[in-house]
Amino acid sequence: MTTRWTRKDLLGLRELSADEINLVLETADAFKEVGTRQIKKVPALRGKTLVNFFVEPSTRTRTSFELAALRLSADVINISATTSSLTKGETLKDTARNLEALLADILVLRHSSAGAPQFLASRLKASVINAGDGAHEHPTQALLDLYTIRERRGKIAGLHVAIIGDILFSRVARSNIFGLLKLGARVTLVGPSTLVPRQFEKLGVEVSHKIDDVLPKADVVNLLRIQHERQRREYFPGLGEYIRLFGLTKERAKLLKPDCLIMHPGPINRGVEIDSDVADGLQSVILDQVTNGLAVRMAVLYLCGGISSQ
Amino acid sequence: MKPRKQNSSAAVPVMDAETIRRALRRIAHEIIERNPQLEQVALAGIPARGVEIAQRVAGFIREVANVEVETGIIDVAMHRDDVGTRPELPVVRASNLPLPLEDRTVIIIDDVLYTGRTVRAAMDAINSFGRPARIQLAVLIDRGHRELPIRPDYVGKNLPTATREQIQVRLQQTDNEADAVWLERES
Repeated sequence: MTTRWTRKDLLGLRELSADEINLVLETADAFKEVGTRQIKKVPALRGKTLVNFFVEPSTRTRTSFELAALRLSADVINISATTSSLTKGETLKDTARNLEALLADILVLRHSSAGAPQFLASRLKASVINAGDGAHEHPTQALLDLYTIRERRGKIAGLHVAIIGDILFSRVARSNIFGLLKLGARVTLVGPSTLVPRQFEKLGVEVSHKIDDVLPKADVVNLLRIQHERQRREYFPGLGEYIRLFGLTKERAKLLKPDCLIMHPGPINRGVEIDSDVADGLQSVILDQVTNGLAVRMAVLYLCGGISSQ
Repeated sequence: MKPRKQNSSAAVPVMDAETIRRALRRIAHEIIERNPQLEQVALAGIPARGVEIAQRVAGFIREVANVEVETGIIDVAMHRDDVGTRPELPVVRASNLPLPLEDRTVIIIDDVLYTGRTVRAAMDAINSFGRPARIQLAVLIDRGHRELPIRPDYVGKNLPTATREQIQVRLQQTDNEADAVWLERES
């Protein structure tokens, strides 16, 4: 490994090189091993303070970051706030001041506004880790998806990955697209034209509105959650129609290659984007994604947190 | 071996392939003598050269005693006490030890023993896998200047050095160079 990590922040996968992404994945290999030990805790970030600042609700990502930080022996503070009580610019500046006052070394930020992590990263000495900003990026989710594909298939280059569902509003899709393309995968986005517009082709991916054409060719299908809470009628005629046209039903899953991986960032809407039986089936790696998320987040905290204090 | 120039410092050879081979063979003999229950011994190499040295010592033990001792890898990077104070972040690797450790004698193996901080980190790392019956330490070179109360059980060569000197160990498998140990002085 000749690449060195020089970033104090992880804001997105768009700005990372393929070598940097691979360095995170290799570092995560080492931290995954820690999870197999009798004592699953190492002193790498002892004495450092991590603040989980989640302006949007999240259980799984926040818990994953919290456990990752605890396993690295960092101290963790969780702060949450409701979006409604905040207005963007001023509040973020105040947030920054408060975090500096807490002497935090690492800030994990989830925010409804794209660019909020960038805004704080340029103003704080602390490391800023983007845990999802608006419909922009969710880099650690994409890194754990990449890690899971690489673990199961031994490589990423040359694989055909289908990302299915609500791409337009999805930061998970965006980060995955950047990461997968940098590592040499072929990416096809699938969904209704309202949620998967042709403009995405400019990123270097293929776009399809017919799931049955794509499924037989895919090595990985990544199903995104249909975000009821964000949907408005103009994008989305109804759940029944979505399931009929794009849901990964038991019948449709028969079109998949036998070794095709089924992924989902969670939380699953069973019976909507994916049938219950398919989510629990042999091809599903949905729970591996959760386990790997811990190792990947430990790697990111170690790399960024180890840099920031210099 | 001819002295070689590296950057602006002069390097003199202190061990060649044959003296390294003899030193590791002697360590293997000493391990056999000190550990009557040889099948309980596991050699834990510190990456990268310690892992290679552990393989070679295990090979000599096989030759001499006809016992296959287990070998493993103990990575110390995430147990160091200086993360964030060094210019470069240590690269972390996965450890791999034969389990369970409870009745085993784990022998930590490294190329050079200097301050002792790496060995302290290795002991800390080993303890997160379990509680071995005992831990011992074998090194190819002991160059002195300990900063912790740590003492090796098996030493290939004692090499008193000045702090501004550097020891460079080169092994065929890890460095793609002929086996050798060099002492570098700033000129």
